[in-house]
Amino acid sequence: MKRNAMICAVSAATFAAAGFASAATVTIATINNPDMIELQKLSKQFEAANPDIQLKWVTLEENVLRQRVTTDIATGSGQFDLMTIGAYETPIWAKKGWLTPLNLPASYDVNDVIKPVRDGLSLNGKLYAVPFYSESSMTYYRKDLFDAKGLKMPDQPTWNDINGFAEKLNDKANGVYGICLRGQAGWGENMALVGTMVNTFGGRWFDQQWKPTIDTPEWKKAVTTYVDILGKYGPPGASANGFNENLVLFGSGKCAMWIDATVAAGMLYNGKESKVADKVAFAQAPIGTSPKGAHWQWMWSLAVPKSSKNQDAAQKFAAWATSKEYIQLVAKDLGWASVPSGTRESTYANPEYQKAAPFAGFVLNAIKTASPTDATVQKVPYIGIQFATIPEFQSIGTVVGQQVAGALTGKSTVDAALKASQASTERAMRQAGYLK
Amino acid sequence: MTQHVLDALPAGSPATVAPISPRRASNPLAKLLLTPSVAVLFLWMIVPLAMTLYFSFIRYNLLNPDQTGFVGLDNYRYLLEDPTFWPSIGHTLVLIGSVLAISVIGGTLVAVLFDQPFAGRGIARLLVIAPFFVMPTVSALIWKNMVLHPVYGLWAGIFRHLGLQPIDWLADYPMWSVIVMVAWQWLPFAFLILLTSLQSLDTEQKEAAQLDGAGPVRIFVYITLPHLSRAIAVVIMIETIFLLSIFAEIFTSTAGGPGTETTTLTWLIYSIGLQQFDIGIASAGGVIAVILANVVSFFLVRMLAKNLKGEYDK
Amino acid sequence: MNEKAPIWVGVLGWAVALVIFMPIFIIAITAFKTEQDAYSLTLFFTPTLQSFHEVFERSHYLSFVSNSVIVSFGSTFLSLAIAVPAAYSLAFFPGKRAQKTLLWMLSTKMMPAVGVLIPIYLLAKNAGLLDSVTGLVIIYTLINLPIAVWMAFTYFNEVPKEILEAARIDGASAWQEMLHLLLPTSLPGLASTALLLVILSWNEAFWSLNLSSSNAAPLTVFIASYSNPEGLFWAKLSAASLLAVAPILCLGWIAQKQLVRGMTFGAVK
Repeated sequence: MKRNAMICAVSAATFAAAGFASAATVTIATINNPDMIELQKLSKQFEAANPDIQLKWVTLEENVLRQRVTTDIATGSGQFDLMTIGAYETPIWAKKGWLTPLNLPASYDVNDVIKPVRDGLSLNGKLYAVPFYSESSMTYYRKDLFDAKGLKMPDQPTWNDINGFAEKLNDKANGVYGICLRGQAGWGENMALVGTMVNTFGGRWFDQQWKPTIDTPEWKKAVTTYVDILGKYGPPGASANGFNENLVLFGSGKCAMWIDATVAAGMLYNGKESKVADKVAFAQAPIGTSPKGAHWQWMWSLAVPKSSKNQDAAQKFAAWATSKEYIQLVAKDLGWASVPSGTRESTYANPEYQKAAPFAGFVLNAIKTASPTDATVQKVPYIGIQFATIPEFQSIGTVVGQQVAGALTGKSTVDAALKASQASTERAMRQAGYLK
Repeated sequence: MTQHVLDALPAGSPATVAPISPRRASNPLAKLLLTPSVAVLFLWMIVPLAMTLYFSFIRYNLLNPDQTGFVGLDNYRYLLEDPTFWPSIGHTLVLIGSVLAISVIGGTLVAVLFDQPFAGRGIARLLVIAPFFVMPTVSALIWKNMVLHPVYGLWAGIFRHLGLQPIDWLADYPMWSVIVMVAWQWLPFAFLILLTSLQSLDTEQKEAAQLDGAGPVRIFVYITLPHLSRAIAVVIMIETIFLLSIFAEIFTSTAGGPGTETTTLTWLIYSIGLQQFDIGIASAGGVIAVILANVVSFFLVRMLAKNLKGEYDK
Repeated sequence: MNEKAPIWVGVLGWAVALVIFMPIFIIAITAFKTEQDAYSLTLFFTPTLQSFHEVFERSHYLSFVSNSVIVSFGSTFLSLAIAVPAAYSLAFFPGKRAQKTLLWMLSTKMMPAVGVLIPIYLLAKNAGLLDSVTGLVIIYTLINLPIAVWMAFTYFNEVPKEILEAARIDGASAWQEMLHLLLPTSLPGLASTALLLVILSWNEAFWSLNLSSSNAAPLTVFIASYSNPEGLFWAKLSAASLLAVAPILCLGWIAQKQLVRGMTFGAVK
């Protein structure tokens, strides 16, 4: 008993080194990804330069974050002064009048922000959120493994190519899997990838009358391809893997290919965190029958809710965190390869960035060509690539994502999953009043 | 550390004497003392319940607060039409039933084992009760990432060592994974209560039985188990109360999936209300959950009333 | 009882204990590994405090701990303050309603929290209790109250009635009775009640995650910020987990005798 008490006391003393939280005026809700954690670290410099502003961080995992900020803003609680939200929420919330249009100083150089990204965060010409980083999707592959088998990745692979490569490179005995893809259920997880696959196989979420089209052959082709390839050549536990898990897998050399967000490039090329920094290469996101909507668009951005009581301070920090100076700070701290990507033309024009990030021009092109207004072969009534910008989509995407994950584990067939998805989506659309 | 804590315990308080000069229940003092508890609990129950009931009859989507109005039973209809609704009730019952079975049976066996004096028992007991102190989120994170993970987990390591193909527990046996995770936390609780109860068992009775030539199994069945029945009833009751609203473990490990394999009623309500933000339908689910809880508690009360008879009849 | 058990009993007992403890052991050692080592199950590595440093750099650990301590001890104190008189009343003024009242109290605990989150959230917002320690203390007091009443009731019930009888004949008032007779006799029981309530509040993750953000955030919120393994960061996740669990685990271990003796819920007669 005494011994226990002593161990506890000693550990307590060891850990007592951290300081107490100080009073704050700007409460920031943010996501626990590496970029935001770096921001949190460097924000001490902002506080030093602005002694009248103090920052309080609420760092949460993506699902919890979304739940917290939505509850907060929809009930007007005003717990947060600055929220980290995505490309999906920004236009919807701006339209509802929940966000404050941003008033940025001239030094911010708003025109330096890449145009499609700026457009995605604007409504009626007003900017409602500033992008912290933005991403599209692309194919990562292991050059060494491809070379060893005498394979060559085309610049623009098709899903057929990917399937063939995955089969040849799959080497379970040595713990290397042919492909890693997102399998974790969620509209921002597996459905981000599956959504782009549906587009590129010629499908869409809704027809012009808002009737869901999940039971169409295009969807079946896309989801079957996804389930086959990941089920056969993917790692065990694929249905639990989201972006982070796959980053770990690919970074530790367990995957031959990975199709995911462009932001991963910076992390994979960083030798300190990844074991494959000198072996990774990239190509465009694969296409099915049409190049349309094959790569997604997403940005994590900072927005000030109307309910915030510290609007000015919050805006000031948002501007600082997405400024050119901040990018310079990260470059100094972590190196150019790790700076927030996909936000500013000036980053891509910087020779040092080009040198440190061989993927720079490629990523910029992917981000610029992702077009939320022209992502499907057939006409659609909605905007968005891997999602539809309507409030109901979050619920629909969640349910369909669960069904697709169920098909992936073999708990149900693709047909059954799509049928159930179609039925529940129709229900949701009827309830929301789109369908009579 | 190794001293026999249990020996120090009184072998059970003397039998209760006949009821003594009952100050009446109508005594104003009795009321005064009881009122704060009853009043706050009543408010805590009735106010949210009334609001939930109200929300369950209106259209209320957090993302679409402009659409409002009375919708009658529509929310209930949408919920009952949801193909995951009935399975979710089944999942809830399977989860509770399995965890109860594992923790009670396992807890009894471990308690019997720890009733024997062996070297280092005190420290071993610390290890056994430890999971009860671990917060559910952390426990689910450990299990998901470090024990059950099909590539890096402990089991995968053991399987590979034995030359077997690692099993993807959370995808192939999701409900079992959740059950094991939850049972891991509640077995120590059952163990604590059952051990306390065991240690109050009269050793003379056991010795007498031994002299009569009864083997350990017979002693366990005819003396130990009956003695434990009351403690087991208590364990079942308390655990059921907590298991009905089990949430963090599912949230962190499977998020109700894959598909809807581990979607319990609690998770379904969460998913509708806080992932899809339809408070109307979620409230309808909440009302149904309250009804379900009352059905369960009705049976529990009967079971306990039988077992705790002595307790309340004084 | 005093003779030693056969050796295989000891071996079995230790085996069971180690298996049950294994998951905690894994995070405890992973927390001291580097991120690269964290993915192998090896026991041979050079321990490092790197992960702890990074966790401290990122989060105000002490602020989370102090919130956890204030909220769990505060709510435990408040629950007991309300529950003990109620338990006294139920135990010593037994009426037909006593049993029903007790069971009704317990049944309020069966209401699923997710079903009433939005009502409670709106109430808390209007009362200005979002992200406030007071708000969490109130919620935890309420959710733990039924358990507190029940446990206190069972301990009071075990007090030999003759003593009370004698005291009453001597003209002791109810107040004196409670203060001088009951509390001392049932103190060990109440202590284990308090301990259980502290554990339950410490580990409660639903209300704390939804009703607090920064000022009142306890350790469950701290853990939520590490909850997805972000990139290659299992060692940090383990360090954070260990930091969240260690205080309550230490408390539980130090007070384990109390728990082993006290967790009877009236089941031991």
